[in-house]
This record gives sequence, C-alpha cells and structure tokens, in this order.
Amino acid sequence: MTRIVIVGAGPAGINAAETLLAHGRQPILLDEGRQAGGQGYRKPSPGLRLDMNALMGSEASKYQALHERFESLRGQIDYRPGTLVWGIDGKTLHLQQDGRATTLDYDALVIATGAMDRIAPMPGWTLPGVFGLGGAQVALKDQGCFIGRRVAFLGSSPLLALAARQYRALGAEVVVIADTTPFVRKLAALPALLNSPRTLLRGLAYLGGAMRAGVPVLHGVTPLAVAGDGHVESLLIRDAKGRERRFACDAVALGYGLKPETQLAELAGAQLAYDEAFRLWLPQADADGRAGDGLYLAGDGMTIGGADAAEASGALAAHALLADLGIPSDAAAVAALRRRASRLRAFQRGLSQAFAWPVAQIRALPDDVTLCRCEKVSLGEIRQAMAQELGPTEVNRVKAMTRCGMGRCQGRICGPALQEIVAGVGNIAGAEAGRLRMQAPIKPVALAAAKAGAS
Amino acid sequence: MTRLSADVAIIGGGLIGVWSAYFLAKRGQRVVLLEKDVVGAQSSGTNFGNLRLQGRFPGQYPLSLRSQALWEQIETLIGDACEFEATGHLYFASSEDEWRKVEAYAAVSESHGLTIEHLDHVDLRRRYPWLSDKAYAATYSARDATANPRLVTPAVARAAKGLGVTIVETCRVTELRTGDGAFSLATDTGLSIDCGQVINCAGAWALAIAEQFSETAPLFPAGPPQFVTEPFPYFIRPSVQAVDGTVIFRQIPRGNVILAGYPRTAADPVANRAPVPLAKTLAAMRHLGAAVPALESCHVIRVWSGIEGYLPDMIPVIGPSLTTPGLFHAFGFCGHGFQIGPGVGLCLSELIVDGETQTPLAPFSIGRFTGAVEADEKFRREFDATPAAGNKP
Amino acid sequence: MADLAERDATRHRAQLVRAVARDGRAITLTIDGREVAATEDDSVLATILTHGPRLRHLEFGGEPRAGFCLMGACQDCWVWTAQGERLRACTTPVRAGMALLTLPPAFAAPGPFATP
Repeated sequence: MTRIVIVGAGPAGINAAETLLAHGRQPILLDEGRQAGGQGYRKPSPGLRLDMNALMGSEASKYQALHERFESLRGQIDYRPGTLVWGIDGKTLHLQQDGRATTLDYDALVIATGAMDRIAPMPGWTLPGVFGLGGAQVALKDQGCFIGRRVAFLGSSPLLALAARQYRALGAEVVVIADTTPFVRKLAALPALLNSPRTLLRGLAYLGGAMRAGVPVLHGVTPLAVAGDGHVESLLIRDAKGRERRFACDAVALGYGLKPETQLAELAGAQLAYDEAFRLWLPQADADGRAGDGLYLAGDGMTIGGADAAEASGALAAHALLADLGIPSDAAAVAALRRRASRLRAFQRGLSQAFAWPVAQIRALPDDVTLCRCEKVSLGEIRQAMAQELGPTEVNRVKAMTRCGMGRCQGRICGPALQEIVAGVGNIAGAEAGRLRMQAPIKPVALAAAKAGAS
Repeated sequence: MTRLSADVAIIGGGLIGVWSAYFLAKRGQRVVLLEKDVVGAQSSGTNFGNLRLQGRFPGQYPLSLRSQALWEQIETLIGDACEFEATGHLYFASSEDEWRKVEAYAAVSESHGLTIEHLDHVDLRRRYPWLSDKAYAATYSARDATANPRLVTPAVARAAKGLGVTIVETCRVTELRTGDGAFSLATDTGLSIDCGQVINCAGAWALAIAEQFSETAPLFPAGPPQFVTEPFPYFIRPSVQAVDGTVIFRQIPRGNVILAGYPRTAADPVANRAPVPLAKTLAAMRHLGAAVPALESCHVIRVWSGIEGYLPDMIPVIGPSLTTPGLFHAFGFCGHGFQIGPGVGLCLSELIVDGETQTPLAPFSIGRFTGAVEADEKFRREFDATPAAGNKP
Repeated sequence: MADLAERDATRHRAQLVRAVARDGRAITLTIDGREVAATEDDSVLATILTHGPRLRHLEFGGEPRAGFCLMGACQDCWVWTAQGERLRACTTPVRAGMALLTLPPAFAAPGPFATP
C-alpha cells in the first residue's frame, strides 16, 4: 500500500486527509501543533473560557465545521500531533516527537505547512512587547491573553482590522490601526478584490467599527520607532500628511501579510521561483498542487490564498495524488475546486497590492536598526559588508559575511527584509538578490533528541 | 573581448589562490586571479576553521609551522584578524590503544619543536571537567588556533586587490594554452589573458587542468559536513578532537559550538552541491553529546558543507608541473588546507619569483601518482566507502 | 547580565494580560526562584509573561526579549530550566514544579560547565 503522509493539520491538511479517506486511503497526518486547526483556525488550549463563535465572527461556522469534520475523521487516520518534521532525505522524513528523533518513509507527501507573519523591521522592533500580528491573535486564541493592555496594530494587512476587532471585543484598548499602504493604492487594487466581495465588505466593516469606536485608523503611515526602556512604551509614526504622531501603548502587533513556510517543500525537491506580486519566493506546483514525483503542496505554504483557498487546495492536492495513483475522482468536483482556489488566490494577489509590502520604507531604514533579531545584525552591518571591495551581492553571501539569517530561526523573520535591502543596495531586481537556501534542520533539534532516537 | 597581460594567472579563488596572489603581489608580480563563483565559496569558506598543528602528516611540519607563523600575524598582514584565536587544541583518546597513537603523533610534533602537554585522565578531569569521563587521556598544543573561514578568503582577496591584483569573480576558464614559454587563457566572460606562469589551485575542479598537460592524480570531490549549535554560555576554550575522528568541535566566544565529524559526504561538483545526509547530522550530534554531556540540552540550528578535492594518500599536490614549465599545481588538500593555506601561497610565490623555496615540498609532488597509490589509514577512516578514485568533476 | 536581572526584578510589570480565564488544575512552579501559580495547559510563555516583562536576554549584548511570533517559528522564546533544559516557551505547556529561568543557569558555579 502506498504510504501517504500529510504535513500540517490546518485547513489544507485536514481537507487533504478527508478527501483521501473518502477514497479509501488512510494518510498519516503529522502536525507540529498539539491541536489541529493550524494558525488561523487554531483551537483554544483546554479549559479556556473563550467564546470562539464571537471571536471568529463571520468565519465561526467555517471554523466550527472544520473542527467537527476533523473530529469525525481523526479516529480513522494516523494522526500524530506534536510532531516536528525537521528534515527530508530522499523519501524519508526526519521527525522529532516527545524529544526523540525518528524517521518515517513515505511514498507520497502532501505538504501543508501554512504561513507566518511577514515582518518588516523598524527602530525598536526587538523590544519586549512587539509581537507578530498573527501572533497577537494566537496569544488570544491559544492562551486567552492579550499581548498588552493598550495595543497598537501596525503594518499592512487585512488582519490588522480583524485582530484589532478581536482585541476590542474582548476588552483590550486599541490605540491605533496604522497601515503603511496609502489609501489610493487600495482603491487601485479594487478590481482584484472584487473576486471576493464578501471578504472585502467584511474588512471594511471591521475598519468602520473601529472608527466608530474612536480608534484612529490611518493609511499611508511611515513607522518611525517603537520606544521604551526595556519594554514598549509608545509607537511613533509619521502620518500620510507628514505629521509625527506618538501613541502611548504597551504592545505593538506588527505584520505585513503572510509568508509561506516553504522550508519543507524546498527540502522535498520543489523548485522555488520569485513572485513579483508578493515579492516572495514560492514553491512551484501545477494548478492542483503537484510539485514533484510524489510531492503535493497545498494551502498558504504553497501560495497565500487564505483559509478558504487552503481548504480547496488541500482537497485538490489529494485529488491529484489519487489521480496519480490511478484512482478516479469526480472531475466536476475537481474543476469546481480549481475555480474556487484560483479565484481566491486572485483575490489575495489583489490584497498584496492593497496591503503592500513596504519596499521603499525598508530600504530607507536607518543603519542602527536590527535586521536579524537572532544574531543581532544591524542594517548598517549589511550595507557596510556590501559596500566593501569584493562585497557580497546576494543574500546567502551576505549571510556568510554578516551572520544575518544564521540564527535559530534560519532567516524566517529577517529573510524578506534582507532580500529588499540586498536588492536595494545592489540596485538589482528582487529576484536577483536570491533567497536564503535551506538545509535541515529547519528548526532547532536538541542533541538529546538524537541520542534518544538512537536508543 | 578584454585582453590582459600578467606575470601570473591564478585559476581558483580559494584560500590557496588568494594567498598566492597576495604574496606574489608583494614581490611585485602582476597577477590575475580567476574564480568561477565568488572567492572562498567552497571548502575555503565552509570548513571547520581549525588551525591545527597536532597530528599532521610528518613531512608537512616545516610547511605547517611556517604557515602558522603567518596566521599569527594575519591582522598585520591583511588588516583583518578574521576571528583568529589562539585557542589551543586538545587531541583526546578514549582507550589505551588510541592513547599510544596520540602519543606517537605528539612525538612527531615535538621533534619539529612544537610544545605538547601530555594530560592523563586525572589532569583531564581537572582541566576540562566538561569533557566526558570516557576521555582516557589527551595531548594539548597551545599554539594550535582557529579562525573564521567565512571571512578569511574574502579578506585576503581584498588585501591582494589592494596590492594591485586583478580579481575576477564569476568567470570560468574555458581555454588554457601554452607555447614559447608563455600561457594564454580565455574565459566564458570574454576575457583573454597572456601570462608567463599559471597556478592551478582550482580545488575539486583542478584535475581537468592538470590533465590538459598530461598529468594526473586520483582526485575526487567530497564535502566536509559541518554543524553548529545555538549559542550557549562560553565554556569550551580549546578546539577539541577525538582521535578516532568521530567528533571535532570548538566553541566560539559568541557561544555557538561548531562541530564536524567523519565520514565525509559525497559532493556533486557539477551541480555545485554537497548536501549533508541527515543520518550524519544525527551521528555528529550523538558524538558531541557523548563527548560533552553538558551540551545534551543544546540544539543544532544549522548545517552546511562545501566541495573539496581529496586524494587517497590524504596529502595535497603542491609544486611545479613535471611536464610544463611555468605551470604550478596546488590542489587536493584533503580537509586540511585551511591551516597551511598562507604557507602554500608563500611557497608558491617563492617558487615562481626565486625559482626555489626553503620549505621542503617534495612529498607533495604530482609525480607520486605515476605508480599504484596506497590509501592512507586516515582515508579509510574519513570516508564511508572508497569513492571512485579519479571521479572527475 | 546579573545587573539586568536585578533591574527587571524591580519592575514586575507583566507584558501579557489575561483576557479570559481558564478552567483547569491549579499548579505552582517557579520563575527565577519566585513561586507563581498557573493553570494546567497555560504555556510557559504566557505564564512567564503574565508575571513579568521578559522571557530571556539575548545572548549577544543581553537585551531583554519576550518572544515575537508566538507560533513556534521565530525561536526567540527559548528559556532555561534550573536543570539546564531548554524549552521553547510559546509551544510548551507548564508542568507543576517546573523551575523556569529567564537567565542561563549559573555556569560559573561548580558543575558541568565550570572552567578553571
């Protein structure tokens, strides 16, 4: 029997598992999380008195439905929560579970590793109290905690309004929603956004609610500094009219859209290509997620599409896998899934313009800003390394000369901004700056795990 | 088409190439250095960073010691210390049999004037309480050192450039001809060079050049796998090596522990890749945890390798071509080129400018491969199985 | 780094604020020797940051850190236990009796890390 492994138990992974099961295949579902749902549809940890219906708002029914579907299938598949896949060698996955390094061979692999916040650094962003925007939501959903009492939401992302709404609903003070993309650019992206008018209206409603509650909602801002002595005390920005404005706060949620977790896709052999709209390197796959021999990609880990697209693409990847195994599936259903995924991804491309990655702002950051928070490498060190004789002109070489991207996170946080700095200093296209190459382990592995795995 | 004329053309921008360029320029030579990628991209930039004097091939000590003297003044020479640190080197045995071997190595080192401390089990426990109790005894050489290989080759290249060397990166030599006591080279970037002498220090890619001149060596590519942990409080001062080769490690003052271990990995010089099999990563981690139990909770965060040329007798080719006057070879450094890099560059500059060098290089002649080659004991230890000798890049 | 610990100790300001309560078994553990109460299934990160302003100090220069991504990606929330274990605070639940540290264990003291 063909062994099918799915990595990631978010909406894409769950839909892939469900589709496979419906066709008589029992996949192994590996997930680093202790509970299924991924980041967006994350379940509260046990015992938390959190009203998820209120928190999820219009998405509550989808959230509930996904978890109900998962509960009905989890007993029929080999579900292994708390399992990190830290490397791939040929058709062998290297796992870490309960502090032990083990291996698992596969014949077919569905990678649905999801996404994380894309971060642009700014002065003061390493202060305690600055967190990723998605992280601010995770703190609430997973732990029932706010990241602070008075929170500023900064960056450029539809999640700014959503997270701010969730914080306000539960009683936190939102001091500002500050978006770096100018309003006129949002208008220009309208045609693409009409691919999903319901989502568009929902986003506008969130902003409207915030404004009615007296929360400043600003567009076209320039982040100037997060200030404080050992922790966040205020956020300083320049607004679209050029005025400096300081907001007293004790936490900042920072995010510029999402960035796919592509490490495992790369190690499994997927080709990566630079995407000009997102300014990210994305693994290449056909419309159904085929990315190599026995390799299928789905969800935000392939390209940013949101939860609905993740559900569709997870099912699509499973259908592709089944078709490659010679198992016939419902052609009409597959065609409908393709249309749905394609429409939702077009919407996300629109969003990537309406909530733009702030290339010019990143390139204009002062030298003393920390770029690599793991190794504490400043922008000035990058610029200095590149300016010297025989200086590096692509990101891996910059990493070798400066340690930027060499730390525990392996460039997950600093990578996108590093690409922009390298492209900007070198006056080259984004693609020419290259991308940080991945080699396992994709996350830290303890010596003790290697020892425990051998015994 | 750009035409250059030079005294010496150097093929290969690794550590050997840039130091050769540096010393030749110091002697007033006009030098062009050609590198297919960027300087120090392969094993020169990805090695462990050991400047180890203990346990070297006996015939290499004059060269090694001369080279160490250059390392010790690297900041004066090139204006950059490249994280050079006189860390010392601990060579430990885990059994009485191994200890006899370590003491034999030490006798050779001492005969060349190196000061070696002999540490029995009690000394070891007292001096290095973090080392596993299974360590039986060790020798310690204070003059052994470490440096950061990522930084060294580019820094020497910059210094050479400052002395007038022309350094051309991302440029492959496509043609190399000789006649009338001179050479002409052409590259894939449209550059042509006329010169009097050529140094072939193209690492794992050097054999193709030697064979053009009817010389050969059983060179094959491999990668030394390297691993690094998260930063930990700094407590391991010396560079440490198990004599059985299972683990070599050092901690930098930032706190990261760098480790390496045999066997080495296969490398693909065509695709320019030397991926590290994950079983090797796990094995290296187990060996480090066994050697330093206090590191068991520490995490490995990054793994890398680079491509290097190896020879079955585990010593390099260094010296003049035996068929072609004006051509010099320096390749196949078998995992220990970092320490002797500056010395090799200095010797090559002397061979070219003075016609001779005070340092004995006879053991490293390319002529030694005319008959059958015996694999060194180190060779058997450092590789999974005998790779196809002469596996051409 | 000892002076940093002192400075922080005088400032018990918590970074995280509990929005909703949790039902579950009450447990106790220590943070830098100080006994604190938690509920089973609280994360190490939430427990430390609802009791203080930071999780750890950066190895390079000692600046305080409180994690960042909160989803197991940025690796900026690894903390120590008094037994020398390493825990990724955002994805590790607390256990009764845990002895969490926001500074590395005393490496200078006699023990495995001691150097002459």
